[in-house]
Amino acid sequence: MRSLPEDPMIRQLVQQIRASQVTRRTMLGGAAASAAALALAACAPIGGAKKLQPAKDISATDKTMTWANWALYLDQNDQKQYPTLLAFEKETGIQVKYDIAVDDNNSYYAKVKDQLALGQDIGADTVCLTDWMVSRWINLGYTQKLDHAKIPNLSNLAPRLQNPDFDPGRNYSVPWQSGFAGLCWNKEKLPKGIKQVSDLWDPALKGRIGVLSEMRDTIGLIMLEQGVDISSKSWGDKEFNAAIAEFKKQVDSGQIRNIKGNSYADDLKNEDTLAAIVWSGDVEGINADIGSDKFGFVIPETGGTLWSDNYLIPIGSKKKTNAETLINYYYEPEVAATVAAYVNYITPVEGAQEAMKKIDPSLVDDQLIFPNADTFSQVKLFRTLTNAENTRYNSAFEAVGLGA
Amino acid sequence: MAMTAFAGAPTQAEPAPRRQSKIALVLLLPGILYLVLFFIVPLVSLVITSLEAPAPDGSGTFQYAFNWQNYVDSVGTYSTQIFRSFLYALLATVFALLFSYPLAYFIGVKVRKWPLLQSFMLILVIAPFFISFLLRTLAWKTILADEGPIVTSLKALSLLGPQTHITGTPVAVVFGLTYNFIPFMCLPLYTTLERLDIRYLEASSDLYGTPASTFWRVTIPLSLPGIVSGTLLTFIPAAGDYVNASQEFLGGASSSMIGNVIQSNFLVQLNYPAAAALSIVLMLVILIIVGSYVRRAGTDDLL
Repeated sequence: MRSLPEDPMIRQLVQQIRASQVTRRTMLGGAAASAAALALAACAPIGGAKKLQPAKDISATDKTMTWANWALYLDQNDQKQYPTLLAFEKETGIQVKYDIAVDDNNSYYAKVKDQLALGQDIGADTVCLTDWMVSRWINLGYTQKLDHAKIPNLSNLAPRLQNPDFDPGRNYSVPWQSGFAGLCWNKEKLPKGIKQVSDLWDPALKGRIGVLSEMRDTIGLIMLEQGVDISSKSWGDKEFNAAIAEFKKQVDSGQIRNIKGNSYADDLKNEDTLAAIVWSGDVEGINADIGSDKFGFVIPETGGTLWSDNYLIPIGSKKKTNAETLINYYYEPEVAATVAAYVNYITPVEGAQEAMKKIDPSLVDDQLIFPNADTFSQVKLFRTLTNAENTRYNSAFEAVGLGA
Repeated sequence: MAMTAFAGAPTQAEPAPRRQSKIALVLLLPGILYLVLFFIVPLVSLVITSLEAPAPDGSGTFQYAFNWQNYVDSVGTYSTQIFRSFLYALLATVFALLFSYPLAYFIGVKVRKWPLLQSFMLILVIAPFFISFLLRTLAWKTILADEGPIVTSLKALSLLGPQTHITGTPVAVVFGLTYNFIPFMCLPLYTTLERLDIRYLEASSDLYGTPASTFWRVTIPLSLPGIVSGTLLTFIPAAGDYVNASQEFLGGASSSMIGNVIQSNFLVQLNYPAAAALSIVLMLVILIIVGSYVRRAGTDDLL
């Protein structure tokens, strides 16, 4: 070791530094210990035992909130603003950050599940997710109980949506939009049209067919064609496996080209696919994009699926009242009709049809926005799966898509 | 870097002076902390996750168990995709080498006399990096689409059957991998070829070496370090790539690679143990392949 410098101040400094230096052994030991601790912390079993407590509501003092939603799911003007949301901000003074954060139920869940399990803020005060995913959140205690007194307009909720099996009485979730899964086809290339799922398996269309990556919609449509009532509790593995077998056959033979979420629109536009299983509202959007009436939508003769996306308030949100105020606002019939005219999905708000007369009379009888009893009789809700079924069915569906 | 770890014969290093400076250790601290935090911890966490089993309450969560079965199950189910990944990565590496070598040779040797042209051509090789590779891959998807210029021309020439297509097939995936990794192959090749001493080639031809034998016996051995680092930079990321083979890009159900399987297990099926087990298998197989490749290439003193 070098001799210490003469200057007493520097001498003391050097001695101090030497004293505080760590030896190699203590450092490596410390590093290993912290690595192990961090690794264990990262995968410690979380949640389960302790019931999650909702975060304290600070809405009274903090007039902001974040709304996480899917793409193309709110009315937008040419300046990329959301007119109904602007009106809401003006009316209530609550500043809303509209965050297009949901691309897919599964991927959104994967992103936020760790914070949810700890009861932490996920960066959204309300988020719109599909029925089955909402059911999972409610079961796991990841949502806050809604105060119906703060959402008086909930009385406008369509009766058919008031008591779903995953949330009777709508204490934890409120529908945002509903829609169908059905068939879309390219009218120029297929002038004869597509009427049922089996039309997709026409050998002439080999390699030009797309289906949805949402298991309940694709398998749901195939099961309906096989004569299964997907909403009844009577079906099980046997019926599901029969549909998976048909699906696998069409994928393995190359009949089905793509299994995708929202991006199926690109394949239809560039004509990689000529017909596909799609969501009802999107077809109007695609036609608007290309500026012609090129794509048609039909609910298969054997039936389509009906789903809803629902607002829920994550357990870690501190702006529950603000979120409830927002939900209440979007349950005003005029507002709901304005949104519906843009997004082309089924609005859950009673009275919106009446309000639509003033906004766009041509849409009052649009079956994709205001389906009548006849249309509703053609579609079914996919029954709620148990956790075990969900895991099994999802894996089977995914394995086909991966070619395994 | 990692190459030395694979080096065959233990090198006879000079015995270092034993006096260890503690200051050096303190200076190493940030690096060690970085490695611990961003490599060791995630790795330990990954290994632990890969051994988890579903919680008995059926909530869809997982808890720790020494469940080796995860490895058996996931490798059993997805062995095709694992094999396919390495096959595609190998094909992409070979094609990238075949395309890049003449290009790198041209830039590094032939246009050496015109430095401006040389820099310009190098920029052309690097230019694609200025645009996100996701966008470029999506662009290829449009170019190779059924009604796109390439497929329609090939069909018009009867080189492609009326019902065949390119996107969503193994051809498109290998093409995408090759395309995306050519710069990674080209740049290391360029750096070694740029230093190639032309006088060796002249000496070879003075000794009656034909151009072909000069190439095989002089140019290739001299550029071996570039070939090795280029193939490693291509093969390793290509084997784990999940973008090109994704159905959103160039792949289809018949061409999914292990990266897609891991993604699906992690993000869609929420089967974290299977995803972790497959990641570890992928890592180990790459380590073994690369280790034996580097050892065989005998490049420890070249790198």
